[in-house]
Amino acid sequence: MKILVCISSVPDTTSKINFTENDSKFDKNGIQFVINPYDEFGLTKAVMLKEQLQANVTVLTVGDSTVEPVMRKALAIGADNAIRINLNPNDSYSTAKEISNYIKDNPFDLIIAGKESSDYNGGAVPGIIADTLNIPLVNACNGLSSEGDSATVMREIDGGIETLKIKYPFILGGQKGLVEESELRIPNMRGIMTARSKPLEVIEATESNNLTESILFEKPVLKGECKIISSDNVGELVNELHNVAKVI
Amino acid sequence: MSILVYAENWDGKFRKSTLEAVSYAKQTAIVYKTDVKAISFGKIEESELSILGEYGVKKIISFPNILKNDGKSVALNIEKESEGVEIVIFSNTFNAKMIAPRISSKLNAGIITNVISYIEDSSNVCVKKQSFSSKAIETVRLKSKIGILAISPNAFEIKNDSVNFEVEIKNQELESDVEIIGKDINKGKISLSEAEVVVSAGRGLKAAENWGMIEELAEVLGAATACSKPVSDIGWRPHSEHVGQTGKAIAPNLYIAIGISGAIQHLAGVNSSKVMVAINTDSEAPFFKSADYGIVGDAFEVVPKLIEEFKKIKNN
Repeated sequence: MKILVCISSVPDTTSKINFTENDSKFDKNGIQFVINPYDEFGLTKAVMLKEQLQANVTVLTVGDSTVEPVMRKALAIGADNAIRINLNPNDSYSTAKEISNYIKDNPFDLIIAGKESSDYNGGAVPGIIADTLNIPLVNACNGLSSEGDSATVMREIDGGIETLKIKYPFILGGQKGLVEESELRIPNMRGIMTARSKPLEVIEATESNNLTESILFEKPVLKGECKIISSDNVGELVNELHNVAKVI
Repeated sequence: MSILVYAENWDGKFRKSTLEAVSYAKQTAIVYKTDVKAISFGKIEESELSILGEYGVKKIISFPNILKNDGKSVALNIEKESEGVEIVIFSNTFNAKMIAPRISSKLNAGIITNVISYIEDSSNVCVKKQSFSSKAIETVRLKSKIGILAISPNAFEIKNDSVNFEVEIKNQELESDVEIIGKDINKGKISLSEAEVVVSAGRGLKAAENWGMIEELAEVLGAATACSKPVSDIGWRPHSEHVGQTGKAIAPNLYIAIGISGAIQHLAGVNSSKVMVAINTDSEAPFFKSADYGIVGDAFEVVPKLIEEFKKIKNN
């Protein structure tokens, strides 16, 4: 079984976000980059499937050379090899088409992505890949068990969870539940050492026709002062919410 | 030329988010000087479909035999109805997230999700969207001829606009590429992403069995319940309730945070709420810097009092 895990390199979740070049670009200065949290659940699941089914796990990132430390981390966690498509990802469409082009020439049984990246939050890459390759999509996937040539998977839908039976190959957009937070793996010294010698292949992008472009970033307007109400006077809060803020 | 809106239904009923998308489509059609066409999937009464005519939809196309969760078939049929369409509009629901990207691929159309502003100029399409898990607002320009927009729930007004409309029923059937073998729906529960009021609690509640008062408060307010990341990680509450940077991003009118300190990752997912209330024993909790109202106090004393006070208002 061949598994591809698409990972994105994103700012650590504790990062304060700033912008540069007249607020048209994200300022990477001083930012610690990590594996996108949604992708990390998928990567861990892939490594568990590898141990269970002797699968081969490839990680793929679309990005310039600055994303390589994050890819090495994925190798240290247990992926076998890595592919970097040499392109600064600018929109969901071009990123997904690049990944699809790679998969067309190098087929996989299971393709795992995150349901979205925690930076641009597009959430469109898995769906565009599914359509381009004409394979099923399980988005917001929060459970998978593999049985021969198919898998039983769970996905979050509005107000509940749906269970599906699905034949390989397919693509999933993963999230928590695929594995639990406590099952996430921290690379050990042996993993880090072996990751250094695992293959990381760089391939050039084929087409890069962005269909959208970022032109400006702003920070949300900060709220005014917080009005502190005494715990002995809860009625005042209710009155404020009802008569002043009018949200109740 | 037209604007196409995906009119999602839940067991044959439209929701607030459907009408927000339809109203957004109507506003877009005014800018483009054209009409709105709506498309619906799954079994639905004609009387329900005709509701869309009250919000400016001129033509309604319904595919009763195609399940909305069969993303591949839904996308194929939207593609077939897309001739002359310039913008396709979705509300950013779980269902839309599996369909909209497929349409982007089929129509070579740029896709923008989490949209929070209207299109103002049809010759230079720019919209604002939530980005960096709501830590930033990004303005995105569309470069392709056709655009796919998924709008954030609770961000746009619903506007009445009665027009003459026609309904077309299409009885296509398509074979799905996945087999749905089970469904577990929280019946009667209010959808977290659409809820106008959300009551949320964190580790300050100390144990899973203390959630009774949170659920009671939510019931009194007609609110959805949510929780912080540590709470869903420990397993006190389901992952589907986790709001924050790696959980759900929400934008209710009122967000009440009980026993949640307000870490940057949590605030990222909730700071689009119109009004935020923080209840915490620690007066130094970071949440008090972001909230509109705060009570420094013990949740176990404050929440029961709040329930009583809200009941008085609700009963009047």
